[in-house]
Amino acid sequence: MSTLLIVEQVLNGLQLGVTLFLMAAGLTLVFGVMGLINLAHGSLYMIGAFCCAWVTVETGSFWLGLFAGMAGAALVGAILEVVVMQRLYARDHLDQVLATFALILIASEGTRWLFGDVPLFLDVPDAFSGTMELVGGLTYSKYRLLIIGVGLLVALGLYWLIAKTRLGMRIRAGESDREMIAALGVNIRLIYTIVFALGAGLAGLAGSMVGALSSVQVGMGEPVLILAFVVIVIGGIGSIKGALIGAILVGLVDTLGRVFLPTLFGLFMENSDATTIGSSLASMAIYIVMAIVLAVRPQGLFPATGSGHA
Amino acid sequence: MKKTLLAATTALSLAALSPLAVSTAQADVKVGMITTLSGGGASLGVDVRDGFQLALKLAGDQQIELLIEDDGRKPENAIKIADKFISSDKVDVLTGIIWSNLAMAVVPKTVRGGTFYVSPNAGPSALAGKGCHQNYFNAAWQNDNLHEAMGNYANDTGYKNSFILAPNYPAGKDSLTGYKRFYKGELAGEIYTKLGQTDYAAEIAQIKNSGADSVFFFLPGGMGIAFMKQYAQSGVDIPVLGPAFSFDQGILGAVGDAALGVKNSSQWSKDLPNAANKAFVAAFQAEYGRLPSLYASQGFDTANLIISAAAKSDPSDKDAFRSALKAADFESVRGKFSFGSNNHPIQNIYVREVIKEGDVLTNKIVSTGLEDHQDAYAADCKM
Repeated sequence: MSTLLIVEQVLNGLQLGVTLFLMAAGLTLVFGVMGLINLAHGSLYMIGAFCCAWVTVETGSFWLGLFAGMAGAALVGAILEVVVMQRLYARDHLDQVLATFALILIASEGTRWLFGDVPLFLDVPDAFSGTMELVGGLTYSKYRLLIIGVGLLVALGLYWLIAKTRLGMRIRAGESDREMIAALGVNIRLIYTIVFALGAGLAGLAGSMVGALSSVQVGMGEPVLILAFVVIVIGGIGSIKGALIGAILVGLVDTLGRVFLPTLFGLFMENSDATTIGSSLASMAIYIVMAIVLAVRPQGLFPATGSGHA
Repeated sequence: MKKTLLAATTALSLAALSPLAVSTAQADVKVGMITTLSGGGASLGVDVRDGFQLALKLAGDQQIELLIEDDGRKPENAIKIADKFISSDKVDVLTGIIWSNLAMAVVPKTVRGGTFYVSPNAGPSALAGKGCHQNYFNAAWQNDNLHEAMGNYANDTGYKNSFILAPNYPAGKDSLTGYKRFYKGELAGEIYTKLGQTDYAAEIAQIKNSGADSVFFFLPGGMGIAFMKQYAQSGVDIPVLGPAFSFDQGILGAVGDAALGVKNSSQWSKDLPNAANKAFVAAFQAEYGRLPSLYASQGFDTANLIISAAAKSDPSDKDAFRSALKAADFESVRGKFSFGSNNHPIQNIYVREVIKEGDVLTNKIVSTGLEDHQDAYAADCKM
């Protein structure tokens, strides 16, 4: 197996990791700051993708669609936070799981009612269609490079927002002690709405960007949601840094496992058995990593510094 | 007292019989349809249902009573609905199941209990060979069939080094088995992907580096859409082959131009020249405002098969109804169609190419892949 192929697969793993990060960032913030388990995060991903596909078809511009995907999901997120989620913060996790699971069903059937069952068409914008040559004769999809770039920019932006701005300070403070920050006269409700909308917008961005590569259809969010939960468990709940590193770890393990495990088993067993066992093991790989992390560091790799609830 | 009772029951049974007396000699048949109308893959169930209902409407048939329930692609739902249809609604025929795992949960028990089952889609190998049953009829195909046709096509085209991939679940394994049963060349690679996977970058990179001269894949639904779009983006230009499921009417719109020119195998195509098909395509478009899919054609044929049997005999006479079904005395939109010894189709499998008609992506037939093809399991079926 050539070096070029390995480098290409590492890039693929990085790209998967970066999209998972966009999902996991919102999930980990909402879980860390509000202590809310939001199963409907995957629905926000789907809503983003549908907004993007619809606006792209209507206006002919993918970039407008991308913006609409992000804004649409953020708007739906803000509305959900005010109407539903605020009632759930004080309830226990089982109530939250039940309520947000109901939201998944409502979002899926609502989307089907609006758009029908047939998957929507959404394609990569012309400017990023096809491949480009990187160093050493390696060609790689321009659009996947764009995703990696956008994801890393978002990671930087989030770091700046949380670490350097007043809003970020309040979010961190809310994560540590929500009663105290409310007593100090900060509108914690508004901060919760902003955090939730921000997470929703990032999920919408991820859905829109991935939608152009895969298919835009009802139920597209749930598989990603499961991976995003694995990411935040590995990374440490509430930590953006943990989400980034956990996401890239999961992306790399999943991609490289899929590629190399069947080859590895092929060295010492029948080819068809190796393919079957290798691929089965590859689909378990990230859960094995999660189990190991939980056994060694139950708080995750980078637990949030706040010692509050969650 | 006894006499009054007798008189009353006689009167009642006469009352029940009277509509039959004034209409034709046809029998009333109650059909229960269990299909997927919500959740992932609902578009397949919707198409089967729409095709089925269109056939009833065109036949102006008042003798078939159709009950429809949604299984949400969950085996436990399908079992519950089947129990309800059989024990409280007393249906004569069950139909509609899309997925092989659901079919395996429902069909064996149903047919052993004496109710007929006519499959409009799933054709798991377990029900075609040793597990076949006289009350089970498959009006679509045995699962391996379309893949076998593609393997044969690869030989005819001169492909000698195929890279093959399918999801890691029973129908995925059936598919690669089917392809390999006919394909004679070497394999450049064989991959089982995760079921429901949406990112194929890693697999495409392997294909690019494998030195393959062709790629055969079976990735139904959203998986196929994702694969084709990413394949087109990757700049790999090795020709792609697959069964119709990834290039069907309901999916092509979402794949877009990436699918243009791809060869795929199907037992039906909208450009088949027989009269029944022309009428079907026109009527389907008029009724629903979209082009019919493979699944719609299967729903349509299933309904016509049941109508043809109902015209000949009463379902309460099981033996007569069974032979009426087995005769397959209806105009299939596929053209020539008959049942083999295991009640699975003997039919042509065509090779189609994805083309553009105006702005709409669709398929046209380029050749006949396998003529009067029967599945490989028929010999194991002892009925």
